Amino acid sequence: MIVVVALVVLLGVLAIGAWLIILERRLLALWQDRYGPNRAGPFGLAQIVADMVKIFFKEDWVPPFADKVPFILAPGVIIATVLLSFAVVPFSPLFTVSRLNVGLLFFLGVSSLGVYSVILGGWASNSKYSLLGGIRGIVQMLSYEVFMGLSVVGVVMLAGSFDLSDIVRAQRGLWFFIPQILGFVIFFIGGIAVTHRIPFDLPEAENELVAGFHTEYSGMKFGMFYVGEYVGVVLISAMTVALFFGGWLGPFLPPLVWFLLKTFLFMCVFILVRAALPRPRYDQLLAFGWKLLLPLSLANIVLTAAIYLAAKG
Amino acid sequence: MKSDALVFSDVAGDLATRFPGVPLLAQQTRDDFPTIWVPRESIVPVLGFLKNEASQPFRLLFDLTAIDERHRAHREGQPESDFTVVYHLMSFERNQDVRLKVALSGDYPRIPSCVSVFPNANWYEREVWDMFGVSFEGHPHLKRILMPATWSGHPLRKEHPARATEMGQFTLPDAREVAEQEALRFDPAEWGMKERSEDSDYMFLNMGPHHPGTHGLLRIALQLDGEEIVDCVPEIGFHHRGAEKMAERQTYHTFIPYTDRIDYLGGVMNNLAYVLAVERLAGIRVPERAEVIRVMLAEFFRISSHLVWYGTFAQDTGMMSPTFYMFNDRERVFRIVQSITGGRMHPSWFRIGGVAQDLPRGWDTLVREFLDYMPKRLAEYDKSVMKNSIFKARGRDVGVYTTEEAIEWGVTGAGLRATGYEWDFRKKRPYSGYERFEFDVPIATHGDSYDRARVRVEEIRQSLRIIEQCLNNMPAGDYKADHPLSTPPRKERTMRDIETLISHFVGVAWGPVMPAGEACFPIEATKGCNSYYIVSDENTNSYRTRIRTPSFAHLQMVPQISRGLLVADLIIVLGSVDFVLADVDR
Repeated sequence: MIVVVALVVLLGVLAIGAWLIILERRLLALWQDRYGPNRAGPFGLAQIVADMVKIFFKEDWVPPFADKVPFILAPGVIIATVLLSFAVVPFSPLFTVSRLNVGLLFFLGVSSLGVYSVILGGWASNSKYSLLGGIRGIVQMLSYEVFMGLSVVGVVMLAGSFDLSDIVRAQRGLWFFIPQILGFVIFFIGGIAVTHRIPFDLPEAENELVAGFHTEYSGMKFGMFYVGEYVGVVLISAMTVALFFGGWLGPFLPPLVWFLLKTFLFMCVFILVRAALPRPRYDQLLAFGWKLLLPLSLANIVLTAAIYLAAKG
Repeated sequence: MKSDALVFSDVAGDLATRFPGVPLLAQQTRDDFPTIWVPRESIVPVLGFLKNEASQPFRLLFDLTAIDERHRAHREGQPESDFTVVYHLMSFERNQDVRLKVALSGDYPRIPSCVSVFPNANWYEREVWDMFGVSFEGHPHLKRILMPATWSGHPLRKEHPARATEMGQFTLPDAREVAEQEALRFDPAEWGMKERSEDSDYMFLNMGPHHPGTHGLLRIALQLDGEEIVDCVPEIGFHHRGAEKMAERQTYHTFIPYTDRIDYLGGVMNNLAYVLAVERLAGIRVPERAEVIRVMLAEFFRISSHLVWYGTFAQDTGMMSPTFYMFNDRERVFRIVQSITGGRMHPSWFRIGGVAQDLPRGWDTLVREFLDYMPKRLAEYDKSVMKNSIFKARGRDVGVYTTEEAIEWGVTGAGLRATGYEWDFRKKRPYSGYERFEFDVPIATHGDSYDRARVRVEEIRQSLRIIEQCLNNMPAGDYKADHPLSTPPRKERTMRDIETLISHFVGVAWGPVMPAGEACFPIEATKGCNSYYIVSDENTNSYRTRIRTPSFAHLQMVPQISRGLLVADLIIVLGSVDFVLADVDR
């Protein structure tokens, strides 16, 4: 049974991640007064198939100046860590690969490992643009992991558990985004930073660093970075839903549908943010994190704890 | 032009009093700019005097170029010269220009460098050396600037062929290929950079010639400490197409399409600078209707150019959507341009003496639709771009310079106005009937990247105002002057009298023959001050055409304002300076 669930999740998530690319391209186009890819298949839905076929047939080139082993390893790391994190995502009461009692910690821990792909990719490429992108990526992802971790402490207090299914169940009366609005905002911002998407796409910053840490990648290795990023978006959206928006909870529709619907909504928010915002400078990004998000997330913990204790009386 | 003559004698008189015993010789030019021949050894002190000591000084080195005089027939009243170096200075206080000329003899003459007086002479002197083989003694870095380092010869010398067919067959033997490759190797010392500081090695980053942030073929060598820029050196010339050489080959009429491609975002704005100079040379008065049509088209192109800048600048900060909105709006501008001229980016539509055709029926409906549409869009962009706090934070205090620095480096246009200095050629020296229009000259005060953006955005609004006035007050009359040198003459006239038909034939078969003389006409182009300095030797093509472009001066300043910034800021600086590489390299 568990193997079937795992397989379904694995393939399903990869498929959703890939379709997210087409969703993003169509939505961006919609918001930018243009059509986007609309030729392959109905509504251009088969575009991703065409893209995948193309990218698989591309020359898989490793630059002669690169450090081969880490260079090849890097794109695998991002896919592996993101997919591993999905093991604990509670899609519905029955549909979870692994119900860990430290599910939340597992998620934070494993997804943090994703930074290795940026480090390895940036370093092993042996190119200056990649190196700059890699350095930016490390600092950004490590910093924002901190705020992300701190922002969910309030949720854990309210739910009294690290188990994600328990956290969802604890939201039966009230979704946590209302008592934990600050935690939600910080978590989501941190999530954007960790997936390094606009406005936090400094590690790749096209206009400055060409393509940042994956400048030297081509073919399917580049594709894996790409898909990894999108699966990361799905992961952060799913976690936001599980932690703050009642997970699978909702009337009438089956729980799984509710979960996917909500996740879809947040995926769209990711895309909307990308359509709307510019990118801050490196130092501005860090100042924003350490000077604003850190005190805010600490304040959130203190406040939640105080109210929680007072209510328990 | 009486007042001009007065000021003329002013400058000449001042110089004569300050430098007694130095033989100075005045020359009459068609543009009535005081033109004074100065001996070779006195040029640097004279420049220093005019810049620093004269009352109402000439603080801007507007242009520095040279003329190969060896084949020139009509030089009455001018001293013997093989190569003449021309300095064009401008005084904002007097609203006056002065042109200094130095006669040099010999095939590869030498002249003292004036970089110590005008720092922006640096690139100009390199260009003169590159193009003419005139050496500047005491120049800090007299290397080729537009041509590749491996090039031999100096293209603007008269003995250099103007056509590829005269150049002999191009071959690339292995040895040469290796040598060319080797010449591309980056050697920091050659670029004037240190390899290491006391405690660390610097990183050298080669940005360009292919890089998403440089807006074209531009290479910038960066000396980095971490991500901080210690020094940066732009390398230009990748877009060099020899436009000035082509001007010596084409007729006055057939050179018009080449001008469109100088600042390829400016379209007819380039035509305007060129035909105004030619008309000044020929003494043509353009009918009022033609003037207003020209103003309208020029302002449409100002809007179109600024929209491209707006979108790409937003893109430089990582904003994705504005580019699409603004290119969409630009497309609407093009639709109007297309209906009127038949062309889009390069309509080549202005003619010597007027414009190519009259306005088509229904033009006013199209223009009015656009005038209704655009302000709403601009208001939206204000909200989504200019007022965005991340966008503001990226531009504020990045790439700051003062008015003095701007003038020192030859900055004109929005870059100058963003420092709080209100200078717009359309207001200060109205041309093509700009004095009849009501519009404001937007300025800002900090001189940083964000302010340059603000000024340009406001300029779009002012351009809309001007276009609206064109629309409401389009005068009746001819679209082209009935001057014998108008090219081609109006079709209706060629059908009526033989004189005009003959001048049509001559203008088309050979090209119009412009009277001997020199003229230039600075205008407020999209990116700053653009001017064509035309030397006519009474022929069908110009003896020398010098194209002074704003982008060249602006790009030269980039290292000054980028030191100490981060790589991310450099992209903002490049975007905010708003240059077009074709405009830099010509």
